[in-house]
Amino acid sequence: MTLLSLSKVEKRYPGVKALDGVDFQLREGEVHALLGENGAGKSTLVKVMTGALEGDGGSMTYLGEPLKLKSTAHAQTVGISTVYQEVNLLPNLTVAQNLYLGREPKKFGLIDWKRINRQSRDVLKRFDLDIDVTRPLSTFSVAVQQLIAIARGVDMSAKVLVLDEPTASLDADECEQLFGVMRELKAKGIGIVFITHFLDQVYAVCDRITILRNGQLVGEFEAATLPRSELVGHMLGKELQAETKVQEGEARNDKALSETLLEMDDVAVRGSLHPTSLTVRRGEAVGLAGLLGSGRSEVCRAVFGVDKKTDGTLTFKNSEQNFRQPAEAIAEGLALCPEDRKTSGIVGPLSIRENIALALQARRGWWRPMNRAEQQQLADKFIAELQIATPDAEKPIEQLSGGNQQKVILARWLATNPQLLVLDEPTRGVDIGAHAEILKLIKKFCSEGMSLLVTSSELDELVAFSDRVAVMRDRRKVAEIEADDITEGNIMQAIAEA
Amino acid sequence: MMHSLANSRFTSLYVTSALFVLLFLVGAFQFEGFGSTRVVANLFSDNAFLVITAIGMTFVIISGGIDLSVGAVIALTGVVCGLLIGEIQMHPLIVFPLVLIGGGLFGASMGALIHFYKLQPFIVTLAGMFLARGLATTLSEESIPIDHPFYDTVADFGMLLPGGAWVGASTLILFAVLIGAILLAHFSRLGGFIYALGGSAQSAQLMGVPVARTTISIYAISGFLSALGGIVYSFYTFSGYSLAAVGMELDAIAAVVIGGTLLTGGSGYVVGTLIGVLIMGVIQTYISFDGTLNSWWTKIVIGLLLFVFIGMQRLLTRRQVRVAGH
Repeated sequence: MTLLSLSKVEKRYPGVKALDGVDFQLREGEVHALLGENGAGKSTLVKVMTGALEGDGGSMTYLGEPLKLKSTAHAQTVGISTVYQEVNLLPNLTVAQNLYLGREPKKFGLIDWKRINRQSRDVLKRFDLDIDVTRPLSTFSVAVQQLIAIARGVDMSAKVLVLDEPTASLDADECEQLFGVMRELKAKGIGIVFITHFLDQVYAVCDRITILRNGQLVGEFEAATLPRSELVGHMLGKELQAETKVQEGEARNDKALSETLLEMDDVAVRGSLHPTSLTVRRGEAVGLAGLLGSGRSEVCRAVFGVDKKTDGTLTFKNSEQNFRQPAEAIAEGLALCPEDRKTSGIVGPLSIRENIALALQARRGWWRPMNRAEQQQLADKFIAELQIATPDAEKPIEQLSGGNQQKVILARWLATNPQLLVLDEPTRGVDIGAHAEILKLIKKFCSEGMSLLVTSSELDELVAFSDRVAVMRDRRKVAEIEADDITEGNIMQAIAEA
Repeated sequence: MMHSLANSRFTSLYVTSALFVLLFLVGAFQFEGFGSTRVVANLFSDNAFLVITAIGMTFVIISGGIDLSVGAVIALTGVVCGLLIGEIQMHPLIVFPLVLIGGGLFGASMGALIHFYKLQPFIVTLAGMFLARGLATTLSEESIPIDHPFYDTVADFGMLLPGGAWVGASTLILFAVLIGAILLAHFSRLGGFIYALGGSAQSAQLMGVPVARTTISIYAISGFLSALGGIVYSFYTFSGYSLAAVGMELDAIAAVVIGGTLLTGGSGYVVGTLIGVLIMGVIQTYISFDGTLNSWWTKIVIGLLLFVFIGMQRLLTRRQVRVAGH
């Protein structure tokens, strides 16, 4: 039986048609993948079906009746719950409050906290989470918060559960756990819309797949009969190019001779990084591998002066540096794209142009303002060079898709013409097409003589762009892999044991 | 299931309470008659209007907003009561519901402006402050005496505790409001929504919190409690004056912050606000017992206290963030 059906949904933004007559059907007891590139319209479609946005055209049928959603609250009351990509719970409230906000059980007209806490514990047990539900949400890791968000959606006795990239911050075990819960819910007849960038996960749990491209429906497919290569082809609108694979093995070796740009000698940060040594040569791309929390980001932060090093020496361009804050690192020719775009990268309401000009302006000093024409020229140059999908440079960055936001941030730092660019998870939350483009850019920068230090949790990516891979575990470097030894197998082995 | 971390949420409350006890003990050791139940009872009755208003302010600040109009609303309430009760001799029991509803509606319309036009609470309530103060002055520039038998009854109402402490109507109203506010904050859905808005308005909306209704309710509560504070203030002064309670909104904000509520929203306790007002009161009492100090020393001490408390809050939140990040 069809639970939810959308037909001919349209949504227009100035200059862009985000959804162009899209159909979507969700059946009872199925996991339905919604796939597409950046800007394909996935997020917009999800927002329409969960009441966060109103479509400009088209209709929606729910349980056989026409439905017009007024708000996300309305969607929740009829049984359509959503778990968003970025955890959207309240850090200041307790776990139990987050689970039951707005639907607290009452006793004598007052909220029954005993019952809320007991029910919360029971709900979380299904996710193998045995935690103190009276603690504030902010005291738990992102992965746990994500599971709590899902538990909330599930417990709202939803008939339709929309999971918008729920696995972005989960490790393999946690993903398995989530898939177990999804299968359980499926067996109960709940329809699940699952959005992800990980194709393995699509094949692991999904029954059917709907693919969007440029706001249009490409088609609906049975997961069991759609080969992976065809799936990718549908998403990209072309056959996957070999750009994520490495052809230029020659280019790798000759960099061993070029001069050292950055040298970390037993650099440590109290409480976050054990003594770590690492060198980056000119024109070299060094990959930082490791699991979540292994110390990858901490290395980036220490290099860039976000965290003050407490021990060891850091040499950049042959002179010893003690960066106390990022501004000093920027002045020396470093740049950092942080891991968490949403909180430490983009300035949401500012336009693409303003976001790009930000770092260069800061470096020039505020008493020498860039004029509008200069900014415009800069923005137009990078929009063309990095192929940022936008009607013009004046669009607020928050309205762009994840991949395009990432490109704007890249542009911001490239504008300062850095000698060492530190990228912390540049491809997180970015889809395959943009992945490939970003990897291509990394290669290009290197060939132009820029050095890069890039963290990534995707092994194939590391293999594709790295001249050298440093493997982190437990906040220290455990291995360094060079040249032809850089293979997914070797990196994995180093992460696992070494 | 108390956890050591969960306790840290109450840290600022403990510190505030300890500070109050300490200040009180200092006074009690230094001056004869300071450490009596009478002084304590007077702390409550003299500051009842401020506590009531500051409790409304607590909800506003927890939600991440601010309400600058409360002092002016107190004055306007007093003037309206003065005109209707003092001059026209209407019965207070008819006038009070009118001004309370008026205060609530005034707050609600500011809340509606803030929500629907996406305006800064600071500027909307600043406009509200000028509006209410101006209106009060237009109605009467002079102080209007309130002379009504009901006011005498209210003044006589109460009970005498051992030690000469008098618990009057104002104190009773204060405690009724306090209990109501605690129930609202921690045992009603609206309370959860208010904390949710202060945590993150965007997340709250995605979680299905009715943001419009909550925002309007918050400012309506603040307006209502300011009007109630105005009534209690008129019990105290037996008059209505358009220049009463000038700058009182800042006292209320100071009390809320000293009481441990984060100005950035999302965290705080109503009880903390009560203790915040009591700390300010005890400093004032100390200065009047001393007799040689200028009363402006109260402001100086409160200013210093505020610096210390904001600094302490920053340290506490930083520590919590570090714990969360492992």
